Amino acid sequence: MSVEAREKRQPWILLSPALTAITLLLFIPLLFIFVYSFWLRTATGADEIGFYLDNWREALTDAFYRDILLHTFKVAAITTVVCAMMGYPAAYFIARSKGNKPLLLLMLMLPFWISYIIRTMSWINILGVSGALNTFLLWIGVINEPIQMLYNEATVILGLVHFLLPFMVLNVFVSVDGIDETLEDAANSLGATRWQAFVQVTLPLSLPGLAAGGLLCFVLGAGTYITPLVLGGTSDAMFANLVFEAIITQLNWPLGSALSLMLLVVLGALVMIYNRYLGMAQLMKGLG
Amino acid sequence: MSSVTLKNIVKRFGSFTAVHQTDLEIPEGAFVTLLGPSGCGKTTNLRMIAGLLDPTEGEILIGGRRVNDVPIHKRNLGIVFQNYALFPHKTVAENIVFGLKYRDIPSSDIPGKMQAALDLVQLPDVGARYPKELSGGQQQRIALARAIVIEPDVLLLDEPLSALDANLREDMRVELKRIQDQIGVTTVFVTHDQSEALAMSDHIVVMSAGRIEQVGAPQEVYNNPSSEFVANFLGASNVLEAECLEAGPKGAVLLTTLFGKVHLPVEKSLRVAGAGPAKLVLRAEKLQVMKEGSAPEGMITAPATVETVDYQGQTVRYFVRVGDTQLQALNMIDDHPFAKGSAAMVAFRPRDGSALAGR
Repeated sequence: MSVEAREKRQPWILLSPALTAITLLLFIPLLFIFVYSFWLRTATGADEIGFYLDNWREALTDAFYRDILLHTFKVAAITTVVCAMMGYPAAYFIARSKGNKPLLLLMLMLPFWISYIIRTMSWINILGVSGALNTFLLWIGVINEPIQMLYNEATVILGLVHFLLPFMVLNVFVSVDGIDETLEDAANSLGATRWQAFVQVTLPLSLPGLAAGGLLCFVLGAGTYITPLVLGGTSDAMFANLVFEAIITQLNWPLGSALSLMLLVVLGALVMIYNRYLGMAQLMKGLG
Repeated sequence: MSSVTLKNIVKRFGSFTAVHQTDLEIPEGAFVTLLGPSGCGKTTNLRMIAGLLDPTEGEILIGGRRVNDVPIHKRNLGIVFQNYALFPHKTVAENIVFGLKYRDIPSSDIPGKMQAALDLVQLPDVGARYPKELSGGQQQRIALARAIVIEPDVLLLDEPLSALDANLREDMRVELKRIQDQIGVTTVFVTHDQSEALAMSDHIVVMSAGRIEQVGAPQEVYNNPSSEFVANFLGASNVLEAECLEAGPKGAVLLTTLFGKVHLPVEKSLRVAGAGPAKLVLRAEKLQVMKEGSAPEGMITAPATVETVDYQGQTVRYFVRVGDTQLQALNMIDDHPFAKGSAAMVAFRPRDGSALAGR
């Protein structure tokens, strides 16, 4: 075999384990889900195999689903903005700190060592009726009886921020860490204050990282069902909760399949739109 | 345009002292080079002048004004960084006008100033391009244009040529000096390259281990080094132990084991005070390797054996053995060099030696 032929084959050989796994574990199940979504759940509880558009009609026309989808996007968007505002300064600090960067990054990764569900449940111990905060407020006498702080939209967002903040910080960190510090020195020497130098130089150069972090937070936030389940009230259900409900509770696989594909398509479209801008931002970075 | 003064400057990083008790006067309009090996404190001094580091002790004056507490963005300095530090997301034109936006300059004057800066660095047509699209040498010129367009009081250059390849470096050396002559700005240049320092400077400040070793014009530092360190850092020198027999207005007489008595003129013997231990500095370029018996009158000679020949075309570097000492000689040749192992002799004129105080 010639060298060129070997070089052409090599990427495929190296990619084959990953491609096999993705095909078996993602594309084929997805195909099943796609087929399922055209079946019909009958009153008897059995699935009727065929090509029915009933599930899709229901998913696409019922205002109930549309409202929950919009609510899901609103919660994910607020979460993303909060993560960006909290995560950017932290990432910038870690990237620009001297010496103990590995330790700071380790501390950032530490929450990943604990199950996401446990981390989410821990808020019940903090904010619950007999949780730490209520106990403290009762003890210092600010309140006379416990306040219900859980099970609303704010606690869902709190839980999501807790879950997603490290993703934002890591993405911004990587991009700020890659920006030459002397660029800020240069901007300062030309007359810009530290803030002006940041706004003019560091911030625009770190936008690809911020965008990547934002996209990750939004998609993960919009696709979650555990946080609203554990920390949300009855009216705080997000779209993935509907899928969970349809499949696990009602055992209505066809409807659950249609709903989950709907979420997948909408988020996928969003990623593609985002990617256009992200792609341009990367191009800008590529110039540097 | 302003003078720069360092008064009793000390810089410590924790328990490490990067700059010891330093006094330095950089006259208005001068091109002054801080020269030394890495870690000698030259960049630390530059960064303190720039305001990127605070001195631990002492005062920095720019144009007679104390600037210790003046933040960098108010010092009005032009800095060219080693890696150029051009803003990658801005075009060349945007890079150059960056500093003008923070000054009280009518916006109608900005394009003219930008173009003048581009013309000065002889790249008039690259304004619309991004830095990445320029070669290293061109980026270097744009960094210089960006630093001088703001009409700084002082221009600070931090090893600006070290990232360029050899030929380009020599071209830029000439170019940089031309631009500095043209605008006449006080310039502090940091380098570890002795030829850059010799070629460009009005004054060279030789530094070692956080201390200033010698300050002087290039010829002075080169011909009359104040220490063994300076003698060896600016080119190669042979430093021989000697005994000073007498020193005075008529020069000095040094007694060496290899060459016997050497009579140095007065300007080469200023560093020995009187009789006592001394050192004789012989530059490798001034030590001639010759055929036995061919030395002109007045030269001091000694028989030698050629041990190593490092042939470089027009020049050749010899390591020769004289007695039990190995000496280095860097000679121009127009034919074949001496063969390794051949017998020859070394010779120098007394006025090409210089004296240092011994021990």
